[in-house]
Amino acid sequence: MTDTEGAVVIWITEGTWRASVDAALSLAPAAAPVTLLHIAPAELPEAAHGAYLELFGRGRPERDPGPRVAELAGVSAGELLDAAAGRLGRPCRRVARRGVPERDVVIVAADAALLIVARDGDRSRLGPKSLGKAARFVVDHAPCPVLVVWPGAAPAVGTIPPPPPHGHHPPDPHHT
Amino acid sequence: MSAAALVVVLGWAVWRPRGWPEAVAAVPAAALVIGTGAISAHDAGADARRLGPVIGFLAAVLVLAQLCDDEGLFRACGAWLARTAAGRPRRLLAAVFVLASVTTAVLSLDATVVLLTPVVFATAARLEVRARPHLYACTHLSNSASLLLPVSNLTNLLAFSASGLAFGRFAELMALPWLAVIGTEYVVFRRFFATDLDAAGAGEEDSAQAAPEVPVFALAVVAVTLAGFVITSAVGVNPAWAALAGAVVLGARALSRRRASVIALARASDPPFLLFVLSLGIVVQAVTGNGFGGALRPLVPAGTSLPALLGTAALAAALANVMNNLPAVLVLLPLAAPAGAGAILAVLLGVNIGPNLTYTGSLATLLWRRVLRQHGSGPSLWEFTRLGLLTVPAGLVIAVLSLWAALHAFGG
Repeated sequence: MTDTEGAVVIWITEGTWRASVDAALSLAPAAAPVTLLHIAPAELPEAAHGAYLELFGRGRPERDPGPRVAELAGVSAGELLDAAAGRLGRPCRRVARRGVPERDVVIVAADAALLIVARDGDRSRLGPKSLGKAARFVVDHAPCPVLVVWPGAAPAVGTIPPPPPHGHHPPDPHHT
Repeated sequence: MSAAALVVVLGWAVWRPRGWPEAVAAVPAAALVIGTGAISAHDAGADARRLGPVIGFLAAVLVLAQLCDDEGLFRACGAWLARTAAGRPRRLLAAVFVLASVTTAVLSLDATVVLLTPVVFATAARLEVRARPHLYACTHLSNSASLLLPVSNLTNLLAFSASGLAFGRFAELMALPWLAVIGTEYVVFRRFFATDLDAAGAGEEDSAQAAPEVPVFALAVVAVTLAGFVITSAVGVNPAWAALAGAVVLGARALSRRRASVIALARASDPPFLLFVLSLGIVVQAVTGNGFGGALRPLVPAGTSLPALLGTAALAAALANVMNNLPAVLVLLPLAAPAGAGAILAVLLGVNIGPNLTYTGSLATLLWRRVLRQHGSGPSLWEFTRLGLLTVPAGLVIAVLSLWAALHAFGG
């Protein structure tokens, strides 16, 4: 059991969070508790720290860009959650974490009544590529109900390619 | 015995017990190899005289970069990035590539890692653009874009003094490899991070934020200093004096405006690091003089034919990945020097591009840090290594081909 049991969890992501908040406003029950969740990728401060370790012999921890990047990420996450709470306009919990975003979202939202996720891939056509690696992982692994929304207007149904010719066998996804 | 001293010095630099400076182990190690006669006092003195100007040059460039930051140069860079990107991740990536490459080339890789990387991250966050491609661009280009000028990387400064090339000549020969490697990185990054770059930042423009002032004075001093490098070197004066002049001009201005103190400026030059480089140079000299150099010599190809240049660069990249590029370049320079400037520059291609293979620059550091800190980023470590495998071998081959072409076009 987690703190988000029975709640509507909105995964707040850079650039696409507005669509997720709007979906909660129009589709989630008004009485349901809402959690705004942001996960900052831990790999970025790590990468900056790694680059500093690479500078052999410069042993001055105060110049290490890793903690600075982590701090900036924390500030940015707080601002994003504030903006999202403002757009939502009703009481909500804000959760900011640092980790592997797609994995932590699945863990935090495991017992949620609904998890709202924005598509994070190709927005030009309908299809599997409209889910990037992170959203794909969440959709595939989340034990709770998931609502997947388009950031901005969805492409037309006509963007789906025509069906393959008769007798064509698509590759078996379980043998790739 | 000197090999053991080197292992201790390198091990200390990787391990950094209690966060003590690397010089704490390196200086006694240097004293030990001199005291036990592993290297004669005369040779050590010659080494110090050779390394002294290099270290002075480095100190001046470190101070210059810090003063540029104090003047607001990197804040202005962030604003320029945001304006140029106009919310589009691919334009931001192109702008980051330009900025990180120029910063690394002119103000050295330290400036890109320490001063530019946080600014790039903050800009991406403000634009609500995914920061991954842009942050990794900074970490990669701090290595691979450090080929152009002797001041871009400490490895270059060391090679520059050993090569006998003039400053302008060095830049002329390295310009093509520099551009070729940056181009290779750019092509790979665009594909590797395609999904991250597709996710357009829908961040609303916050035009309310006033653009910070561009520090014209600092930019002018850097430009004049660059010209000074070429001119002093052309007339046979050590270009370190031009770096010192630039640092003094900006430093005097900062002091007069009370934006910096003498102590802060001295700290910016990082004396323990300078001492570490000097001591490491002496210990490495003792090791190479006592067999290690002889053991490596058969591995260093003779001449500057294309296969020889490729072999030299590959060996340098491998050595840099095992023990970090600073000791690698110190070990390889005396072995490559007899074959001429072309071979020395090939060593630089290897030691500067190679470290992108591991995210800490060497296997030793990587293994140690991984052992120490089990938590965290398994998948991203693999991602980073995959990015390195895609960029480093390709970049290395293309850079060597470009160097070979430049040597033929401009004469070795």
